[in-house]
Amino acid sequence: MSVLSELILIAIGSAIVNNVVLSQFLGICPFLGVSKKTETAAGMGGAVVFVITIASFVTALIYKFILANTYLQKKGIDLTYLQTIVFILVIAALVQFVEMFLKKSMPSLYQSLGVYLPLITTNCAVLGVALTNVTKEYDILESVVNGFATAVGFLIAIVIMAGLREKIEYNDIPKPFQGTAIVLITACLMSIAFMGFSGMI
Amino acid sequence: MNRNVERLYNGIIKENPTFVLMLGMCPTLAVTSSAMNGLGMGLSTTVVLVFANLLISLFRKVIPNGVRMPAFIVIVASLVTMVQFLMNAYTPDLSKSLGVYIPLIVVNCIILGRAESYASKNPVVPSIFDGIGMGLGFTLGLTCIGLVREILGAGQIFGYQVLSLDWFTPITIFVMAPGAFLVLAVLVVCMNLVRAKMDAKGKPLAAPSGCLTGDCASCGQSALCTGKTQAVSSDQKTE
Repeated sequence: MSVLSELILIAIGSAIVNNVVLSQFLGICPFLGVSKKTETAAGMGGAVVFVITIASFVTALIYKFILANTYLQKKGIDLTYLQTIVFILVIAALVQFVEMFLKKSMPSLYQSLGVYLPLITTNCAVLGVALTNVTKEYDILESVVNGFATAVGFLIAIVIMAGLREKIEYNDIPKPFQGTAIVLITACLMSIAFMGFSGMI
Repeated sequence: MNRNVERLYNGIIKENPTFVLMLGMCPTLAVTSSAMNGLGMGLSTTVVLVFANLLISLFRKVIPNGVRMPAFIVIVASLVTMVQFLMNAYTPDLSKSLGVYIPLIVVNCIILGRAESYASKNPVVPSIFDGIGMGLGFTLGLTCIGLVREILGAGQIFGYQVLSLDWFTPITIFVMAPGAFLVLAVLVVCMNLVRAKMDAKGKPLAAPSGCLTGDCASCGQSALCTGKTQAVSSDQKTE
């Protein structure tokens, strides 16, 4: 029971309380760039959930069994310093692989997520989650839950943002505020709203 | 020599990555809660940028075109790891407050952007100066944003209390997450006004090229990212 409640705490903490976009500023690029329409935003969010969950699983495996291998460490070989280099390369390769796999074996899923996958390769949220998992010393299950929850937080934020932007389209905005500025102000207000969750955990 | 000075001027003023090109927005938002953090982040990015430009320019004829992006990423990631360990050793406080954003310098679009658009095409010395110019421009931008947020949010400059708390109530929200978005929004508005003025004068500024515009056209990672045109066309399909 305590394991389960710990996992739930991690999930709520990463999805809502410490929202990846609104309080940690990771993945700002797609958050601002691909949030013009709710459908595209949901597609992007879905792809991010997919990739981050897989990436946190794979990076956690690599970290536990290769980089922080207890056998190697006993022999005095500590490879953990390679984590940034290994993670970024693994994530880049993984995204390419997932894209090819989906194209071949799940064409319907590829139709809805495929176009967004390559956009995610260098998304800082993916690398950010992998590194956070290591700093917080999560085990493999906790890493996957944390990755999934973080990505769900991204999905929530980008879909809300897209909904708001669709409404903003009809408003009369002063000229210098048009475009990015009003989106950032919207993000500011959303961020204030999400601060309301901060007492939850 | 002239060319090198021109590179410095270009990086710090004409194509300032923060104010004009609007690049590297994730660290800009995340670490500018105080001027010191902004300065630290800016300088560590500068170090990585200079050495990345140096190495990439040095190896530009050796790296095959097809694998140049992965090669650049390995070079940048190795440099970032070195910087991370140096900061852990010599500036532990700063490294603690910057946290995960130091390793995330790897995915900062300024670095791969300069590697792709400048260092991979130009000789070593101008590339180094290009790195110094862009890095200092980024440092300037982060420090300025950090100063604004710190003075409004805590009444301090570089940690020294300049506005007495007797009469000044700190607007704490400016050092928290929403303040970052608000300050950046105001910055974008100011830059829009400046842009309009310079256009009227007939001396237009360089167009913003970062993710902020949602336009991938001049993104440094566009070589690695094959999704941009597809995403755009799917956008149009839904319209």
